[in-house]
Amino acid sequence: MNSENPIWALISTFGLMSLFAVGGAAAAVPEMHRIAVDVHHWMTDKQFADAYAIAQLSPGPNVLIVTLIGYAVAGIPGALAATLAMCLPTALLAYYVSRLLSRPSQSRWPGLIQAALVPLSIGLMAASALILAQSTDRTVAALLLTAMVAVIASISRINPLWLLLAGGLLGFAGIV
Amino acid sequence: MPPDSAPAVQEPDIPVAHAPPPGLLALFLAFARMSLAGFGGVLVFARHAIVDQHRWMTADEFNETFALCHFLPGPNIVNLSMVFGSRLRGIAGGVAAFSGLLLPPTLIMTVLAIIYARFGDVEVLRRILAGISCAAVGLLIAVVLRMMTPLLKRMDVVVLLLMLGVFIAIGVLRLPLQAVLLVAIPVSIGVTYLMRRKVAA
Repeated sequence: MNSENPIWALISTFGLMSLFAVGGAAAAVPEMHRIAVDVHHWMTDKQFADAYAIAQLSPGPNVLIVTLIGYAVAGIPGALAATLAMCLPTALLAYYVSRLLSRPSQSRWPGLIQAALVPLSIGLMAASALILAQSTDRTVAALLLTAMVAVIASISRINPLWLLLAGGLLGFAGIV
Repeated sequence: MPPDSAPAVQEPDIPVAHAPPPGLLALFLAFARMSLAGFGGVLVFARHAIVDQHRWMTADEFNETFALCHFLPGPNIVNLSMVFGSRLRGIAGGVAAFSGLLLPPTLIMTVLAIIYARFGDVEVLRRILAGISCAAVGLLIAVVLRMMTPLLKRMDVVVLLLMLGVFIAIGVLRLPLQAVLLVAIPVSIGVTYLMRRKVAA
């Protein structure tokens, strides 16, 4: 394999990352940012924040931010390669493990490991929030909007889509 | 919630309220539908479709399978599609559910990427995306706060320190994920194991 080929870089990067993405897609965001912006310079900070926003606003699993990163690196083949590399290896792993442990509740180890992973995945998600906030909240108005959405979403059960659309509207009006 | 159409007589060992396993196309379409409905997360829609609407699994079976997918690495809902599909229809069912979940939104995402590449610098779009980004970060903070609540209530200092350590290592120091997890996972498992033994003793 040619290590200069961007498709191969995408496949090896996201294939490996998916196996370390304990706690789901949000927990992998800091690592995606580090690799796409800081290590490979595939995107700027701003483009990464945009990609996160587009992925949040679109239907489907939020992990599909990798589709946008893949497209930025190598067009449509890159989009498909990044998506499959991020999703297929762990899905196959899950398939084999679920066949091995057809009754996961029988053993106490899965429960213990799961409990041990909870604080780590919360820490990872908080890190995602900080990294993304640093590239989006550059003005006082933007910071206020983020804080207000955080409060509203914490205390109500409003559909997140409405808050995203409200953010878009405030942006359109030039307020943030 | 009341149980779904509980039968008067329950045969032992025979699960009730199960629909017959769906065909591959039905699996593909069901996962495509829940994926396209899932703005801001697919899990809620997946549970509704699998447990309430199609009755392919009971609520307990769903929870058990989801716990397994959550404990494994990778995007949970994607793992879930493969595991659910394969429990219903073997590996072909897994592939059908997996492609149903991913194919339509990936196509939509690719179209959005093309639009962004062409018009991403247009001033109006820039402003709209900036507003959406702020809101998206706010939503993420809300999720973090919700997940933290039970930990804060229990005031487990060690657990909170672990959480803070990962936050600083990744968010502030920007260390590589693999390196941080290779240290944090064994430490956290060890701490959890010791705390449970202390509680049991």
